[in-house]
This record gives sequence, structure tokens and C-alpha cells, in this order.
Amino acid sequence: MQALYAQLLVGLINGSFYALLSLGLAVIFGMLNIINFAHGALYMMGAFVAYFLLNLGGINYWWALLLAPIIVGIFGMILERTMLQWLTGLDHLYGLLLTFGIALIVQGVFQNYFGSSGLPYAIPDQLKGGMNLGFMFLPIYRGWVVVFSLVVCLATWFLIEKTQLGAYLRAATENPTLVRAFGINVPRMITLTYGLGVGLAALAGVLSAPINQVRPLMGADLIIVVFAVVVIGGMGSIMGSIITGFALGVIEGLTKYFYPEASNTVVFVLMVLVLLVKPTGLTGRAA
Amino acid sequence: MTTLTDDTLRATPRAMRDEMIVFVVMALLLAAVPFTGVYPFFVMQALCFALLACAFNLLIGYGGLLSFGHAMFLGTAGYCSAHALKVWGLPPELGILVGVAAAFALSIVTGYISIRRQGIYFSMITLALSQLLYFIYLQAPFTHGEDGIQGIPQGHMFGVLDLSKPTVLYYVVLAGFLAGFLLIFRIINSPFGEVLKSIRENEQRAISLGYRTDQYKFLAFVLSGTLAGFAGSLKVFVAQNASLTDVHWSMSGEVVLMTLVGGLGTIFGPVVGAFVIIAMQQYLASFGQWVTVIQGSIFVICVLTFRRGVIGEIAHYFRRSL
Repeated sequence: MQALYAQLLVGLINGSFYALLSLGLAVIFGMLNIINFAHGALYMMGAFVAYFLLNLGGINYWWALLLAPIIVGIFGMILERTMLQWLTGLDHLYGLLLTFGIALIVQGVFQNYFGSSGLPYAIPDQLKGGMNLGFMFLPIYRGWVVVFSLVVCLATWFLIEKTQLGAYLRAATENPTLVRAFGINVPRMITLTYGLGVGLAALAGVLSAPINQVRPLMGADLIIVVFAVVVIGGMGSIMGSIITGFALGVIEGLTKYFYPEASNTVVFVLMVLVLLVKPTGLTGRAA
Repeated sequence: MTTLTDDTLRATPRAMRDEMIVFVVMALLLAAVPFTGVYPFFVMQALCFALLACAFNLLIGYGGLLSFGHAMFLGTAGYCSAHALKVWGLPPELGILVGVAAAFALSIVTGYISIRRQGIYFSMITLALSQLLYFIYLQAPFTHGEDGIQGIPQGHMFGVLDLSKPTVLYYVVLAGFLAGFLLIFRIINSPFGEVLKSIRENEQRAISLGYRTDQYKFLAFVLSGTLAGFAGSLKVFVAQNASLTDVHWSMSGEVVLMTLVGGLGTIFGPVVGAFVIIAMQQYLASFGQWVTVIQGSIFVICVLTFRRGVIGEIAHYFRRSL
């Protein structure tokens, strides 16, 4: 039973990353009509920025949690201003190709300087150790990742669904021309939205640094799983992305316990099943 | 939605004639390669990728479907051909047949699944499906995991053509490439190809005209996947191995890059693109991971400034369909 709970926890942690990443993808897709293939690379950058902050600047984990998403978010906004904005009006596929190219560049540069091996990132002192919950031993850091991700996801949901800013954002997603006519600077909102989505990816990267080590390719395989998550959940609803992300993480964790051979593939198999039964995805509208 | 390809060019009898002339010139140039001292291995490799890119282009350039998982057909056919040749000891022609049949079966299954969604979702689904196959091949015993299937015997095709001789192998690969290319050329210019183009331009209108667009897209997917598999089977004889690289997502990305560089929706673009990218990898091999960075940069540059690709730009300049 201990092993089952441990795998469930691992599943919840992976689910946190799926949720944070697919949330960012959904937000970006809503505003920019682009599937951000660079999401995995930017997630990796988040982890590396945390690593640099600690080892070069002596800036601890807590500040990294704030600074890394801001730094990577600014990098993302520069990408949006210099490249992505020129794709407005073109076929969606060009956005995918462009961001794929960006992902290759970012990952290639990091691989050149850091190889493919992982760099260690220590768990902050305050979150070291674990608790005995009676039925299992809970490493505090892992519990923290799940709780904190959930809070960030819900905060993002609140920001988009319940605030004035979010209302502008949703309106601009539906009809950018009309929203512009009301005097709202839509291009700036698009840039900020991309920054927000990218920041969420970077935040996931910082959270994963102490667990998964910091590697140049840490985002490359993850992003493909997240794509499958997005296909399953659909990108129409923010809450849908969050729930699907966590749920698939848990299912993956359970698979690791009951049938480990399939743990790599279970998300993809589920995607196939969902497509056969309900082609539009669980929460999505028809594309 | 803005179209992917240059729609100012119309297919006319004159355009067909131009294309045939270019085809004959290309075939003659390629046939002359063994007499020029160019390293045949390089050209054979490029031909396999050129066929793969042409098959991919059939789907994106004429059907408007961007598959991000075409490596799965290349790899599956490669593994199956390699297994048939090495373990079952089949002759080359049957080995190729096994690989192509496997790719055909795979494309029926994956096509049935992925064609249910369009646009961006289709790309993500094909990518996810190919990743699924990657993990299966990583664990399946017959692929030998990380090592791959190595030392594949080339054998005698039809009992007479000794494929271990580079020149013979070269002409067999060239014949395979030209046959595949002509088939694609024929498909594009057939009534089926015309319907496919109309679906790319305006699917709703094609539906309202009474075409069952899903069936057309499915058939295009199967044709594309099977031909990609044929490229994978040919590649087995050239490389004499089948490995996980051929099923990896980066391979799918390379195919996209080749077609993009050469020109989406052009007939000769994928061939040019394949030669450019393979040559680049050859010459830049010593730069290690910078090749990835350069490839990424080419993606970015092509998408931002050079969307028609090499052949697309030429065709646009001369107002010809190429």
C-alpha cells in the first residue's frame, strides 16, 4: 500500500505540471490562436533560471519562485513582440512551426552548454524532510508542489473567469476588433497573455527543479504528453484543463503501480480512447 | 483562413508539361550521380528522405493536414523490413513489401483516429500517436531497444540485383524514389487530388458540394503514410540499420522542415528541401548540438520571411506551377 500511495503522490505531482502547462497552452491558444510548441523549452528555462539564480546570484528558491516566471515571462513577451505577432491572420499551423523552431533553438543552446545530464537543485531548507501521515510517509517538498500548483491554477482560473481584467481577456478572445473599438489595447493584452502563459510554464519548471533535476531536454518529452492532455481535455475551458491535468497525472501514477510497462504510454492510449468516443475532447468545443 | 500554399498558380496543360520537363531533368541528373564522384551514400540517404518529405507534402500541401508524426511510418516500416530481412531471411523485395504493408496498416489505424480532429489538433494527435509508438518500440523485444536492429543483410533483389554493390543499390533506391514520386505526382493531378485541394481551400464548400471530405482526407492520410513507409523500407538498405532515431519526434520535425524549406504544396520542393537539410547535417556534423540550433533558426526564418520555400519562390517568380 505504501508504494501505491507513493505512486499516487508522484502522479499528483506530474498532474500539477500537466495542469500548469496545459493551462498556459489554453490561455495562449485562446488569445493568440497559437499552439505554443516552445512551452516545454520555456518550462526548462524556468528551471535553469532558478538554478542560475541560486548558483550565480545566491538567490534562494523562494525568490526564484517569483523571479524565474517573471524573467522567462519577459523573454516570452520579447518573443511575442519580435516574432509571434507577425503571424496574425496566417494559418494556425505557422504558429506551431515557428514555436517548434524556437523550442529547437532554446533546447539546442542549453544542450551545448550543459550536455544532456541533469544538474542538481537542492530542496530549500524549510521544505526538507517529511511527515508521517499514518498511512504513508509524505516528503514535505512533494506535498508543497501539489498544494502550491493547485493554488496557482485556481488563482489563474479566478483571474480569468472572475475579474475585470479576465473579462476583457475573454472578450478579446471572442472578438478582438470589437474590444479594440472600446479603447482597450488588445495587442498589449496579447503580449501580456503570452507572458502569463509562459510564466506559468516557468513556474512549473522551478517547482520541478528539486524533484527532476535541471536538464536541457526536461521539457521536450513533457510537452508531447501535455499536448495529449490538451487533446483529451480540450482547450475551451480553464477549469477543464486543470481537472484533466491532475486527473491524468493520477491515472498515470496508478498505472505505474499496477502496470508499470504502460506508464509511459497510458496518457496517449487514453487520448486515443477519448478521440474514438468523443472526438471533441471531454470539455472542448468543436475545433 | 489563409491558405498554406501559393494559390495564384493554376494547374494548366502547360504547367503539366513544365512539370514533366523538370521531372525528366531531375531523373537524368540523379541517374548521372554515380559517374560524377559524388558520394552515393549521401544521395541515397537524401532520396529516401526526399520520398518521405514528398509523402508528407501530399498531406499538408494538398490536404492541408500538418502531420507531426510522420516518423512513425518511417520507423515502423524500417523496423518491420529490417526484422523480415534479418530474422525471417526474406529477400529484399518481400522485405520491402512487409515494411510497406506494416505502414499501410498503421496508417489505417492512426488515420481513423487522427482524422477526427482538424487543424492544430490533428498535428498534436499525430505527434502524440508517434510518441506512443516510440515508447512501444523502446520496450518491444524485436526492436532491440536502444541498440536497434543492426547489420541488416542487403541481399539480392529479385535474385539477381546484388544490393551490396553501391551502384546497384543506388539505382534500385533511385528507381524506388522515382516510382514513389511519380505516384504522388499522379495522385496530385488526378480528380481525387483536385477534390483534396478543394477541401484544403474550403472544406465547408466541398461538403456542400456533396463530397464526403472525411473519406478523402482519410484516403490521403493512408496514401501518405504508406508512401512514407516505403521510404522507410528503402532506407533500411541504405543505412543497414533500423533504430529509435527514425521514430523520434525530432525526425518528424525534420520532415516538416525539409518540406517547409523546399516549399509546402509544391511538387519538387520536398526533394530540394531534403537535399538541403541532409547536406547541411552532413557538413555541420562536427558542430554537435549547434545543428539543432541552426535547424530551429531555419524554421523561424522560413515561417517569418520565406513561407513559400525555395521552389515556391521560384515558381512564384516565373508564375509556373512546380
